[in-house]
Amino acid sequence: MNKSQEITWEERISGGKGDRIKPARFALPQRIDLYHISGIRPLLESRWPQFLLRALTLAGFIFTIFAGLFGSRVGSHNFSIIFVWIAWWTALKLVFIPLGGRSWCSVCPIPLPGEWLQQGGILDKGTRRFGLNLRWPKRLKGSWLQSGGFLLIGLFSALTLTDTRLTAWILLGLFGLAFVLSVVFERRAFCSYICPIGGFSGIYAKTAPVEVRVIDTAICTTHSEKTCYQNCSWGLYPVALRDSAQCGLCMECLRSCPQDNIAFNLRPFGSDLGQVHLSRHLDEAFLALVMLGSALVFSAVFIGPWGGLKSAAFAIGSTPWLLYGLAFLTLNLVVIPSFFALAVWSGERWSASKIQLRQAIASQSQVLLPLGLFAWIAFTISFALPKMNYVLSVISDPLGWGWNLLGTANTTWSPDVSAFSSILQVSLLMVGLFWSASIARRLAIRNSSPDYRQALPTLAFCLVFSVVMLWLLVG
Amino acid sequence: MKRETWSRWILIFRWVALAGLALLVVFLPIPVNATTPVKRTFRIQASQFAYSPAVLSVNPGDRVTIELTATDVVHGLSIDGYDLETKSDPGQTARLTFVANQQGSFRFRCTVTCGNMHPFMIGKLQVGQNNLLWRGVLLVGLALVAGVWGTRK
Repeated sequence: MNKSQEITWEERISGGKGDRIKPARFALPQRIDLYHISGIRPLLESRWPQFLLRALTLAGFIFTIFAGLFGSRVGSHNFSIIFVWIAWWTALKLVFIPLGGRSWCSVCPIPLPGEWLQQGGILDKGTRRFGLNLRWPKRLKGSWLQSGGFLLIGLFSALTLTDTRLTAWILLGLFGLAFVLSVVFERRAFCSYICPIGGFSGIYAKTAPVEVRVIDTAICTTHSEKTCYQNCSWGLYPVALRDSAQCGLCMECLRSCPQDNIAFNLRPFGSDLGQVHLSRHLDEAFLALVMLGSALVFSAVFIGPWGGLKSAAFAIGSTPWLLYGLAFLTLNLVVIPSFFALAVWSGERWSASKIQLRQAIASQSQVLLPLGLFAWIAFTISFALPKMNYVLSVISDPLGWGWNLLGTANTTWSPDVSAFSSILQVSLLMVGLFWSASIARRLAIRNSSPDYRQALPTLAFCLVFSVVMLWLLVG
Repeated sequence: MKRETWSRWILIFRWVALAGLALLVVFLPIPVNATTPVKRTFRIQASQFAYSPAVLSVNPGDRVTIELTATDVVHGLSIDGYDLETKSDPGQTARLTFVANQQGSFRFRCTVTCGNMHPFMIGKLQVGQNNLLWRGVLLVGLALVAGVWGTRK
């Protein structure tokens, strides 16, 4: 937008020159609209900054595959293992998701070639588009497949996280799958329904302090072209956004709205949580439970002192691995979901609530999100920080070929986090449980059940999870 | 006094009470069973990607000797918080002696790249009672109470 086209804040709020300010545009309290701050707006409005970041991640992604396929097979000396499973995985859990929700999705390189082909251009949409543009099958909607993907990661984690070739092939496979799905289905089918990291980011994006929301819904109802929906890579209609789980922060809706009626808000943490769900879909509840189960298993395998468990998780195809897989799936598919369902059912019975059990499970599963996010962060403190010296090392010798490009190849320094990491982990689990408890309380109040009997069994479930996590991390 | 002001005072009281309890949990000394320090020797076999035994329990003040024997490839051992390290070639035994003067639970790790799961080859040294764990359990319990009881409607 050039100077002559600039409109004042009042005009922007009112939707056009001469209109009066409509109070409805301030419907969302405690929000700062970053898109309407002059220093930030150009960075979001132009596609160039996002493209440059995407180009950088795409280049890094291709190099990661190359390093995985052709570099040293010793994981701790290979860029692919260290940058994917130590640096990126840590950054995702400690920075991208807690502070930016699905911000990684907005620069993720995996769906880019398919998306460029779909839209017939890289920066701008072309006139000629490619692909069958089919709708994603209704039966496969929701986050069931993402949960399945995350369970697969867990089953093969010990090998995936340590084998350079396998990491490269998995990345290549995801790249190919995303491309094929872009050619067959409309929009970002891979990101919305398949990508396990998308599921992980999406579910915890509800806790994050950013959101894309419509400013005044009345303006949207009179706008027949729905350019925001037409341009959204994810196929979302911003007016219908109930939470931030699905929005990949591509910013196309902000760029394409002719009324400048969409905001990129900074908001209080967890603004999406504590709403009473009318939905009876259990996919998100299941995903939240899989995240809890996976956090427990990852902590036991990678941080625990049980060598037999590590060997079993690593020896893919062996009898110990089959037993490990059986235990892992039983924990995630049976034990944890059953205990959670039992807790919700008990709460419903105890409080004489008239809500259907499926709806209550869907609603109460929100309580699990802060708990799960902070459990993953606490796990990461033990998992990644003691291995940060590897990052410095592979920067100088990314392929493990004996190079020393920056003079840091032989770095042995590693932050000694042992003194404070345990205290930090206890604190993180406390914050997660405090937050979960306050959401349970909010839900109980909104369900007109101020005696909290409805919430108590769910809170007992959360407490038991926290204590087990505590034992795995600092016990 | 207005109902809202009264509610605010109740909330403040709850937070003060919870903070007091939290401070008590953090700083209250836990009685320690006085034991005479003894010499303890552990023979640890290290193989991909496990120590056996993987959990060592000693009392504070004990003089601990670890005899590390690698059975397949070269393995090492360093203990978090103790600034100690040793390395064993296959079939050879390396010794490490120290006084367990820090109480708590400490991980020990392999220091020589020994295969895919090397970064996760971990054992545990338990020195006396793990007070952090018990205090942590009480603190997460208090955090739960604070979430339910200490926030506004």
